[in-house]
Amino acid sequence: MVAQNIAFGIIAAIMVIAAIRVVTTRNIVHAALWLVLVLAGASAQYILLAAEFLAATQILVYVGAIMVLFLFGTMLTRAQIGREGNLDNRSRVPAVLVALVLAGLLGFVLIDGFRREKLPEDPVVRTTQELSDSIFGVYAIPFWALSVVLTAAVIGAIVLARKD
Amino acid sequence: MLINQFLLLGAVLFCIGVYGVIARRNAVLVLMSIELILNSVNINLLAFALRNGADIAGHTFALYVIAVAAAEVGVGLAIVLLIYRNRRSIALDELSTMKG
Repeated sequence: MVAQNIAFGIIAAIMVIAAIRVVTTRNIVHAALWLVLVLAGASAQYILLAAEFLAATQILVYVGAIMVLFLFGTMLTRAQIGREGNLDNRSRVPAVLVALVLAGLLGFVLIDGFRREKLPEDPVVRTTQELSDSIFGVYAIPFWALSVVLTAAVIGAIVLARKD
Repeated sequence: MLINQFLLLGAVLFCIGVYGVIARRNAVLVLMSIELILNSVNINLLAFALRNGADIAGHTFALYVIAVAAAEVGVGLAIVLLIYRNRRSIALDELSTMKG
């Protein structure tokens, strides 16, 4: 339990620092690379939460596929890759205010609501079989809907991005 | 492990993502901030799935959120590409065509 808490602390600190760098850095490629760190940290947190299939999926889909999309998007939409001064707009101060108020509100509600409630000491590791039974059993209709959404999104992206 | 440590981590990531969505000017960076928000949601779903024990619905829906995020990034980047092709810029505060 102590080892898990230490692991959580280290990974959480890395994730928060990397997330702050994602929204403050002045270089788009650096932002993408910091985002990789956040996503990999989230995958480690999933393992701490006893969700191994989700951790593997996170690495495959986010770090593997979505990050390549982001880098391609950066490459195709920018003449030069490098430092640039005007990545932020004029509403930085209101944005900081909104984020701080939201953090205070959420923190207060969570600490007041859950206090020191513990997660189960000996978590049941969910197997991929259980997860697939759930996906193709109880939640089959959302799965079908999701398949249609993904197909529509991919076809839509191709139609939008092709040149003619 | 307390449940609150995961929920608070999710809340902090969510707030950083909201800051990014409001303060960033480049459309690709706004999409990255949206990814931060979706990830914080996933951490919350899995924390509650572990807390509830027998139920695996949290895992299922976390997986669905990942799939929706992939679809969202695909369409989002295609739109950004189209905007860039038409206007030679993806600065969001210059896109005021639909402003009343």
